[in-house]
Amino acid sequence: MNNKYLITAVTLLALPIGSALADAKFDKMMKDSFQANGIATLDRLNQDAAQKYCSDPATLAGKGDPKRAEAIQKANMATIKQPASGKYIGDWKTGERVAQSGRGATWTDKPEAANGGGCYNCHQINKAEVSYGNIGPSLWNYGKLRGYGQEVVTYTWNRINNSKAYNVCSNMPRFGHFNLLTEKQMQDVMALLLDPNSPVNQ
Amino acid sequence: MRQHWIYGAAIAATAVLLQACTTPAEAPKKAVAPAPASPSAPAGAPTAEIEKYRAMIADGNPADLYEMAGEELWKKKMGPMNASLEKCDLGMGPGVIKGAYAVLPKYFKDTNKVQDLESRIVTCMERLQGFDSKEIIKGTFGRGQRKDVEAIVAYVVADSKGMTIKVSTKHPKEKEMFELGKKSFFYQAGPMDFSCASCHADPGKRIRLQDLPNLTEQKGASLGWGAWPAYRVSSGTFWTMQYRLNDCYRQQRFPEPIYISDDTIAVSMYMAVMANGGKMAAPGLKR
Repeated sequence: MNNKYLITAVTLLALPIGSALADAKFDKMMKDSFQANGIATLDRLNQDAAQKYCSDPATLAGKGDPKRAEAIQKANMATIKQPASGKYIGDWKTGERVAQSGRGATWTDKPEAANGGGCYNCHQINKAEVSYGNIGPSLWNYGKLRGYGQEVVTYTWNRINNSKAYNVCSNMPRFGHFNLLTEKQMQDVMALLLDPNSPVNQ
Repeated sequence: MRQHWIYGAAIAATAVLLQACTTPAEAPKKAVAPAPASPSAPAGAPTAEIEKYRAMIADGNPADLYEMAGEELWKKKMGPMNASLEKCDLGMGPGVIKGAYAVLPKYFKDTNKVQDLESRIVTCMERLQGFDSKEIIKGTFGRGQRKDVEAIVAYVVADSKGMTIKVSTKHPKEKEMFELGKKSFFYQAGPMDFSCASCHADPGKRIRLQDLPNLTEQKGASLGWGAWPAYRVSSGTFWTMQYRLNDCYRQQRFPEPIYISDDTIAVSMYMAVMANGGKMAAPGLKR
């Protein structure tokens, strides 16, 4: 009888110890397996709260702690800066170029080169471009379908800046949060989606 | 000579056609292996056209040239110890090549490590021929001794073509490597928050027109793992799995994975085990 309790106690104790050891082994493997190259420095392997939360397959399968998800989303929302000038809509033609380019932030990219948004990698946007991905939803007729009101404008701005403010495990990069795009580039991408004259809204 | 000319023409034609179908923009995510277009793709759709073209040129895969070079390198006496690789044990016994790739990565007693094909070839080059593994690890794809490893990979892999992928997790170190690889597959980090799973954990997804296999289930994993190494038309070179993974991590915006490091072997182990039961179709032919 006593033995049984002992075994149970040892097993209960061993489980977290086992998983802690596995974590330590994983961390060491990651540390030993990568090298800095150009702008891709080793600190890129460090995870923030959202990245950590979304690295668990159970979370991705919908079994994450919803309170934790909400807290992380809230923290991300708090980091979003509205445009200083109050201007949200730039030039859709430039925005199309930003949406087309998938360049930037790899170890073969130079720090001074402008990044692209890579939007077509995952979204249909202007129907004239047939080479588009489908990881994100179609953005064709984005403004035409949703209207051009301030609520839509602010939501879209926030979503481009930090998609994890709305959906903690969103696959979309946090373009404002990690300075992947400049404020001007984001205004231009906004125009591609929300300028009534943009081809997207015809 | 004539054959070389045909290969050249095939490569050039493919490059022109595929350049027209793709855009200069880089896909920002890991694409371990593009799966064939889904059967549901409508005829005449760009993905279906690419698939048709791939099938058309599959007869003349330039990977053949690497295989031939690899066979020569395998048999040639080289290195400080002036020895060939003919006694190299890839897991099926010294010198056995047939079927070796279909069961890799696996645990090797003499190194006490789980090794993929490339790390195992490097072990043999060090132990049998006296080459310095550190130099190969520090090297560059397509150059020097590492280029020799790539040709030998093509030679070895071709001898498992059509065989069933059967990678073991029986040894505790194999099981551990699989678990580490799984964890790495889902590990999100970097300025774009990407993990392998960002692109490779759902069915029917594409980056631009490039199909993304779902590597978390058997069907997608066997398509992905089973198609690499491959001759890559867009770069005109033969890409080993290590090369493929290196470019995945680049587009994932991670720091650079060290050649034949444990993480690269662990992720390979995860993909290979998920692919178990599928067919090894490599060396493949890719965009």
